[in-house]
Amino acid sequence: MGYPHPSHPRETPVLSKHFGEPEARTLKGWRDRGGYVALEKALKMDPAEIQTIVKDSGLRGRGGAGFPTGVKWSFMKPDGKQHYLCCNADESEPGTFKDREIMRWTPHALVEGVALGAYAIYASVAYIYIRGEFTEPLEQVRAAVKEAYAAGVIGENALGTGKTVHVHVHQGAGAYICGEETALMNSLEGRRGNPRIKPPFPAVAGLFGQPTTINNVETLAATPHILNNGAEWYKQFGRPDNPKSVGTKLFSVCGNVARPGNYEVPLGFNFGEFLWDLCGGAGEGREIKAVIPGGSSVPFLTAEECRTAVMDYEGFVAAGSMLGSGGVIVFDDRQDMVRQIARLCRFYAHESCAQCSQCREGTAWTTKILERIAAGDGVAQDFDTLLSIADNMTGKTICVLSDSCATPVVSGLKKFRHEFEAKLKASPNVVSFAGTATAAAAPRAAGPTV
Amino acid sequence: MTYGPSTPKPSPDALASHGAHHDDHGPYAPVFAAGTAPRAELDELLTRYPNKMAGLLPALWIVQRERGWVSDEAMAEVADALDLTAAYVKGVVTFYTMYHQHPVGKYFIQVCTTTPCHVCGAEGVVDAFLQHTGCGELGVTSADGRYTVIEVECLGACGFATPVMINEQFLESVTPQRVPEILAALP
Amino acid sequence: MADVKQVTLTIEGRPVVVPEGTSILEAAKTAGILIPHYCYHPGLPVAGVCRMCLVEVEKFPKLAPACATAVGEGQVVHVHSPKALEARKGVLEFLLINHPLDCPICDQAGECELQDYTFQEGRADSRYLEPKRFNPVEDFGGDVLYVTNRCILCTRCVRFMDKVAQEPVLNVSERGDRATIGIHPEADLGGHAWSGNVIDLCPVGALVSKDFLNKARAWELDRTASVCPNCTQGCNSILETRDDTVVRMRPRANEAVNQYFLCDQGRLDYRWLERRDRAELPYVRAQTARGGTELAATDWDVALREAAALLNGRRARVLASPMLSNEALGLLARVVARTGGTGVFTVRTGDEAPLVGVPDLALRADRAANVIGAELLGFERREIGAVLDGLGADDVLVVADEELAGLAPTLPAGVRVLVVGTTVPTWAAGADVVLPITNMAEEEGTFTNLRGRVQRFLQAKAAHGLARPSWYVLGDLLAAMGDGEGYFTAADAFAALAAAQPSFAGLSYDALGLRGLPVADAERFAAEPALAGAA
Ligand SMILES: Cc1cc2nc3c(=O)[nH]c(=O)nc-3n(C[C@H](O)[C@H](O)[C@H](O)COP(=O)(O)O)c2cc1C
Ligand code: SF4
Ligand code: SF4
Ligand code: SF4
Ligand code: FES
Ligand code: FES
Repeated sequence: MGYPHPSHPRETPVLSKHFGEPEARTLKGWRDRGGYVALEKALKMDPAEIQTIVKDSGLRGRGGAGFPTGVKWSFMKPDGKQHYLCCNADESEPGTFKDREIMRWTPHALVEGVALGAYAIYASVAYIYIRGEFTEPLEQVRAAVKEAYAAGVIGENALGTGKTVHVHVHQGAGAYICGEETALMNSLEGRRGNPRIKPPFPAVAGLFGQPTTINNVETLAATPHILNNGAEWYKQFGRPDNPKSVGTKLFSVCGNVARPGNYEVPLGFNFGEFLWDLCGGAGEGREIKAVIPGGSSVPFLTAEECRTAVMDYEGFVAAGSMLGSGGVIVFDDRQDMVRQIARLCRFYAHESCAQCSQCREGTAWTTKILERIAAGDGVAQDFDTLLSIADNMTGKTICVLSDSCATPVVSGLKKFRHEFEAKLKASPNVVSFAGTATAAAAPRAAGPTV
Repeated sequence: MTYGPSTPKPSPDALASHGAHHDDHGPYAPVFAAGTAPRAELDELLTRYPNKMAGLLPALWIVQRERGWVSDEAMAEVADALDLTAAYVKGVVTFYTMYHQHPVGKYFIQVCTTTPCHVCGAEGVVDAFLQHTGCGELGVTSADGRYTVIEVECLGACGFATPVMINEQFLESVTPQRVPEILAALP
Repeated sequence: MADVKQVTLTIEGRPVVVPEGTSILEAAKTAGILIPHYCYHPGLPVAGVCRMCLVEVEKFPKLAPACATAVGEGQVVHVHSPKALEARKGVLEFLLINHPLDCPICDQAGECELQDYTFQEGRADSRYLEPKRFNPVEDFGGDVLYVTNRCILCTRCVRFMDKVAQEPVLNVSERGDRATIGIHPEADLGGHAWSGNVIDLCPVGALVSKDFLNKARAWELDRTASVCPNCTQGCNSILETRDDTVVRMRPRANEAVNQYFLCDQGRLDYRWLERRDRAELPYVRAQTARGGTELAATDWDVALREAAALLNGRRARVLASPMLSNEALGLLARVVARTGGTGVFTVRTGDEAPLVGVPDLALRADRAANVIGAELLGFERREIGAVLDGLGADDVLVVADEELAGLAPTLPAGVRVLVVGTTVPTWAAGADVVLPITNMAEEEGTFTNLRGRVQRFLQAKAAHGLARPSWYVLGDLLAAMGDGEGYFTAADAFAALAAAQPSFAGLSYDALGLRGLPVADAERFAAEPALAGAA
């Protein structure tokens, strides 16, 4: 269901079917809608069997990286160690707001998926890490967990099966980077949300040093449906020529678009139809200029590129971008791309955890240059500098936040270079500084010498 | 069924959590004194984790709820309660943007201005709040102590541009025009 | 450890064989290749944050941080390939954009890894056109100042306090480019006995010593391998002198003793090496014109002859300082033996302060370097008030560089006094003969630490006045008494000690090198297991 607008007939609501129904939030309401059947079924199976079904279903992580979920789960063996499941509900990638809707409308869907996932990876404890700003989802999920405990759905003897699954809600406190899986673990452990160097990988030493699996909200919420309906059922969603991307996916659509909101479509959907038919294109009398199709960390597509792009992991790559988290950000023809890219980089500069030199300094430097260009003080050499900084920030850091900041710069300079050029200062040798820009600003040919 | 952008009425509960204790000048009174509700709450929380350190973020949330902000003294108290050092706690507090390291206004107003909201005119919403609250400047508490307005990064509700948080209350699809009405509705 | 698998790889074209699990950075070191790095330090847990150590590993999709990447069989590593160089050049540029470039007023200049690597592989110019970030200098307590603008956020200091000192009083505060190193007002570095190490660990001039502030430029310093004389731990150190004056003491790595560290007490207690109230000349007691006596300067031959005469037929009560070298104490022991006398010493004590993260490393309660040496060589430890007990009126009190700080004993009437020291204590001003010796910075020698490890210290500066090395003076004194012919080098004096004393048997200066070796019966001094396993 395309919350907040009525569902479009071309949507395939599986996860979003009950968005907007307050009754679905309660345990009874959720059970009335077929809830917790899958969990009960799962708890009576061997975890390895569940892993196989999920592997066969072709479900891939919906948090951004698209790693096959069943494969990830199969790293977890019954080794007698304490295992943990982390549910990544930190949803902070600009343009993405799908997990929020799952949590605030169907919190039990998440609790069920989390309990199921925990059991499948031999974990008796699961934590749902919800970003601190999500006050309403926090309230809903906390209430659902409480209800589920009270009804014996989770806990020491979950659904009377004798199996133990604890689910705890943990509230974040304002840090985008805590969505990165190892940063999330650090944050949960009471540390700064710094991503960890890998190896060791979470499956070996994750939360509290124990084998850990981490999955996105949407990923986990999808698993009860797979258990209920079977792997084959899930695989039917997708284009026939691409078995690598299957299932339904929530796309969050925002920016300059007629009908913003969440849309659930099968992977392989045509992006042109999606943007213009389902979402209604740009607003009244406007044209779409650019789209970021997968959350702020992926490259821009031009309107032209959008028309033919296919909405799955491979399709968006072929179009020159990525599916990422499924956050579709639309820019219409009024938008000043330089300013928007500068704003995006400011986001990354604000959120960099500060560990890696390239990211800590590079995100801020990039932002300063872009803001200077946006203010009309750019010089021609800035473009080369920006691209070179972007290169130095890419593929060299602990996590990919650094790369994510470079992405819109590189892709923006490639696709909207004319907008950048139009902003350059008339006299290329004069640089005035933000805050000190006065008539007396001294001309200088180059920067200070190191 | 019908539903619109969910903008529930501000519940007094959600709004009460900030600013109640901002002018405490006297000696520091502990939040987690033995026998108090916050202490019991923290003790219960600690049962969920294999070590005390994991209780840090939850403990800081309790402090902020009780005191409106997290002072240096509070950090030291939390450190004590969790067998950490005050400096360690401070390092963690400063990492997360939601913990206030200074007292803030009774209504702490956060407006998202990240790109998706930016393209939808979030700056106008910020300006409207700055103007109608009398704050004038970001991060500065209004003279009457009622308001502090800040810009924040993506609130994860980009389809409801522009989302605004007033204390724990999450407002969606705020426009500059709605700002006076929103402020007037605050108790 | 014989069963640890060995891995063979190629680094910069050189074959390298190292144990499995070694990092590429450490493996490269064994082949003499330095991979530039900032956050990595062998004494700290790996952080992998500065990204300076990026190298190209064939078949890897990305550049790898050499400090955090374990070697693999058959790996081919390129440290200086264009890709790796370009990446590190990028890191250097990022680290410098907001750096104040104030080398001319920075104490680290000349020994700064930011300077070194930038010179080696950085850009010649800056492309940074924006205003620089500015933060004020902060007092971190203890001996430490934090010059925020120079910080590259490598977190070495934080990890030291966190994992080695295990008292996290430093943190990284804020995030993004606003991040700095911070403290909490409640507790700063002043409260920790080992916090000064963060100054040495800081690869740049962000953490500087108040004690050393603006005292000297790094390139003006002469450096000498030494051993900290201030407690029985015997931390290996470097004495740094400028114009023949000791201006700083820093740690010298020794895995077996102090790893990379020195305590604050040790590192800052060096000024006594520059005392001006020294015994500069040999003296003998002489008649004055008015019928009294006084100490009159003389030459070495006379003084030695007089000293020998004094000891002839009398028992010596040697009051030795436990700060004296094994060599000096060994020779004094011979004086005791020849005269049928006794040797005693006393030790100033204080609180023990362990460095928790390093096994068996602590500022020890006994605040003198050679307590064990003195015991091994037959000196009896006594409370300070009891050192003169049993001193007979016919004995000679040999005051061997011991001032009995805080005590001014009245010597029994008739007792003759021979001072062999760097100073003449006021209570010994009635001495018959004074033989001036050099202090530990001015001579060579060895100390035996609390675990029975014999360690050499070298001469860092010239002798004061006519003072001579302790082993030289005592060798000559014995010769004047008819025992041997003296020694021309400290090594000879040590060889004689090794020949005569079973504990030192088999040891020599050559064998000791600069890391030291245990005495023959060192197991007597082994740490209690609980202590050894403290890490
Ligand atoms: C900077 C950064 C931010 C991320 N933020 C999120 C997030 O908010 N939510 C999320 O589910 N995954 C996020 N991820 C991806 C996670 O690291 C991880 O891949 C994911 O949670 C795994 O779950 P999945 O396999 O179910 O997708 C982020 C990754 C990075 C590098
Ligand atoms: S890339 Fe940026 S966010 Fe990621 S670990 Fe490094 S500094 Fe932190
Ligand atoms: S002060 Fe020095 S050691 Fe500490 S983080 Fe900064 S550069 Fe590194
Ligand atoms: S522990 Fe002892 S030997 Fe080591 S530096 Fe301190 S005083 Fe010197
Ligand atoms: S950008 Fe404003 S909520 Fe996401
Ligand atoms: S030295 Fe390897 S990342 Fe810093």
